[in-house]
Amino acid sequence: MAEMFAESVTSEESELIKAENLAAGYEGQALWSGASFSFGKGEFVAILGPNGAGKTTLFRVLLGLLRPMKGRVLMFGSAPRRGNPHIGYIPQRHTIDTETNVECVELVRLGLTGTRWGFNLSGDDDRNAAWAALQAAGAEGLAHRRLGSLSGGELQRVFLAEALVSNPDILLLDEPLSNLDIKRETELLHLVNNVVRTRGVTALLIAHNINPLLPHMNKVMYIAGGRMATGTPAQVLTSESLTRLYGVQVEVLKDPHGNVAIIGVEEHHGDIP
Amino acid sequence: MSICPSAFSPNIMTDVANIWCWSFMRNAIEAGTLTALIAGVTGYFVVLRKSAFTAHAFSEIGFAGAAWAVLSGVSPLAGLLIGSNIGGIGIALLGRRATNRDTQIGIVLAFSLGLGLLFISLYSGYAEQTYAILFGEILGVSPDQVLETAVAAVMILVGMGVIYRPLLFSSLDEDVAEAKGMPMLALGIAFMVIVAVAVSFAVEVTGVLLVFSLMVTPGATAQYLASRPSRAILASVLIALFATWLGLIISFYTPYPVSFFITGEVFGFYLFIRFVYARLRWEKISPGTLLRTPVDRSG
Repeated sequence: MAEMFAESVTSEESELIKAENLAAGYEGQALWSGASFSFGKGEFVAILGPNGAGKTTLFRVLLGLLRPMKGRVLMFGSAPRRGNPHIGYIPQRHTIDTETNVECVELVRLGLTGTRWGFNLSGDDDRNAAWAALQAAGAEGLAHRRLGSLSGGELQRVFLAEALVSNPDILLLDEPLSNLDIKRETELLHLVNNVVRTRGVTALLIAHNINPLLPHMNKVMYIAGGRMATGTPAQVLTSESLTRLYGVQVEVLKDPHGNVAIIGVEEHHGDIP
Repeated sequence: MSICPSAFSPNIMTDVANIWCWSFMRNAIEAGTLTALIAGVTGYFVVLRKSAFTAHAFSEIGFAGAAWAVLSGVSPLAGLLIGSNIGGIGIALLGRRATNRDTQIGIVLAFSLGLGLLFISLYSGYAEQTYAILFGEILGVSPDQVLETAVAAVMILVGMGVIYRPLLFSSLDEDVAEAKGMPMLALGIAFMVIVAVAVSFAVEVTGVLLVFSLMVTPGATAQYLASRPSRAILASVLIALFATWLGLIISFYTPYPVSFFITGEVFGFYLFIRFVYARLRWEKISPGTLLRTPVDRSG
């Protein structure tokens, strides 16, 4: 009894993100509903699901950019608000204009002080913070490179530094692995995982392929068919759980290395390597 | 009152003294300096935000406003300010991806020019004012106009100083800036109003049709000279300043228009920086850059 009590207290304290019966969508049409989940400090969560299922929409709700249609969501124990400096965000994007001749360290600095009015005369504080963030993202070598000249993987590391520079407690990463080859994908995941472990950051990462994530993940959130399932990979990535979610027969196959393949839906998110 | 000398001399100091002796040249240099300053600063952001076409569009809307002002007997500057501000705010209200709305902007631009033409044809008087609006008439600037330009320059520089960091942030990373709580719409409107005012005053120097030579070319060239925004803005201002001064000096000794020399100088300098200097420099740093520099990105 005492043990249970203690456990409930610690989980209350560490719940950075909590949602109850949440629904969200656009123009009166819910993309998903009945979502209840909670994530604590230092959890690394993979968010999966087909295109258009509402993964980015979930981020918009958590960032306070979109009001939920129903239910309740709490970030750090209060309603989401736009511009919360405790949340680092990497939006989904494909490229940056190749003609953008601005050095990377400037973008990272703006991640910290870009919201302040007025001209910065000294600017040493944010410069030091920017260097520390670039270092944490393994991108200090890119500091003086021009944004427009970076490859996809380099750009993602700079975006990660930009998100980390304000020392956030929560990281929301929208498909940072898309357009990366397997080597870069692994590198970036190790970096994010390192940040999660050393800084105790809670990271939510939207991805298309679960397999490279499996060694690092604490939890998986699967959004499909207007609903979501949240739990450990072993709980969520099963034939029963995904069949319930999609409403059609779905088969989850596992190979001896622990890789997962999802069969029966148009997009298979666990490509067999 | 003694007559100022106007013959060219090999002694540069004598030339400068000769030019400064003429009051119309003094006014022109003062107005040109102020205009180059504001155009250089705002132009950097116009280029960074890929708003060159947008800026061009509302200088044309400003033309319709100025033509209307001439017809109504109001100061053309008032017409320019009203026209370009309506255009600027309208485009800012179109939304965050307004710079990509080439089609809509092009449609409004064409109509504005047509409207301006109508006002000109209705105005039966002297057409020189229209010519001045289209191609600039810096040599006819009055001391009052210099004072107006100075007031505008102070307002623009203070305004840019206040929104500097949020504007830079939202120009480089719109999505994150928005998520961080920046008022994107207000920022867009504020910037467009600043550019509209800057364009209206730059028109005095270069005219509606050549305003790009001060608003866009120096900013675009500066992007190749410095990758730290504060330095690039400085470079943009210096290019605009030297082009204006040199243009005024050359035109003093030749019968050709100042605007031509300014456009020619900045264009020549852009070509040199873009194709000679930048390539040599980047090739030294990373050999791959030369190959990756896109020439035709549509293909």
